Amino acid sequence: MDKLMHDLKTQIIEQLNLQDKKPEDIGDDEPLFVEGLGLDSIDALELIVLMQQYYGIKLANAEDGPKVFKSIRTMAEYITEHQAKKA
Amino acid sequence: MDSTYLKITASCVIADHKVCCNGEVVYKGDKTKSVPDFLTDVYTFLDPTYPKFYKMDLLAKLGWLGSEFLLNDHFDKAAYREEDTGIVLTNANSSLDTDQRYFQTVSEYPSPSLFVYTLPNIVIGEICIRNKFRGENAFFVFEQFNPLFLEQYVGGLIRNKVIRNCICGWTEVLGNSYKSALYLVQESASGIDFRAGQMEKIYGF
Repeated sequence: MDKLMHDLKTQIIEQLNLQDKKPEDIGDDEPLFVEGLGLDSIDALELIVLMQQYYGIKLANAEDGPKVFKSIRTMAEYITEHQAKKA
Repeated sequence: MDSTYLKITASCVIADHKVCCNGEVVYKGDKTKSVPDFLTDVYTFLDPTYPKFYKMDLLAKLGWLGSEFLLNDHFDKAAYREEDTGIVLTNANSSLDTDQRYFQTVSEYPSPSLFVYTLPNIVIGEICIRNKFRGENAFFVFEQFNPLFLEQYVGGLIRNKVIRNCICGWTEVLGNSYKSALYLVQESASGIDFRAGQMEKIYGF
């Protein structure tokens, strides 16, 4: 899980052009939107693309978005859960 | 009010990896660097602490940087209401630079963050968000720099009291080619006459 969370941080920084951030600046449980990392609605779409591009996971239900993209940890948990289902 | 009462109170030209404000070169970049790297260097030089800059496309970065130089020390924001400041920009290739980049992503994973910049007037939005400007704005596409149009259109907006001051000019990026020439136009006792010929001179610094 730790490696996945670190990978996610690196991918988010690259995909979302957060050039002023380093992986260690992003807390595992820090909120991704508004406060915390301060992502916006366009970033949310980029996160959906990122999950598809890197992990082959499509967010099945848009209403799950706020739960899945709450933090790096919730994203990692969602990815792990769906990869386990696929296996 | 005749347009002779309108003055260019500040100007900023960004071209050839240099930034020229009010006739003086204030930043010289490394000419071997790419356009994106040069713009990032200019941002670092300005040091405005505005992380959203990194998310902008090149057209927005270029126009946004020009507006930062233009407004620094030359604009008394407190003297105006949010709706008093307009922005009128022009260029030759609209948002084609980003349109092409976006098109390259379409076959695999279309990029939402590129898609939102596939209109030229988004650069105006970025400047407005940064400065809380709410005045009239427009983006026009011409084959080449058209200062006479700017003189007439912006002059008309101010004469008709639609706005009281305006950031106007040219902001163009396509591949390795770029140029921005922005003017701050206000009613003022001092400054350069807001005339096409004066804009042309500044544009060709």
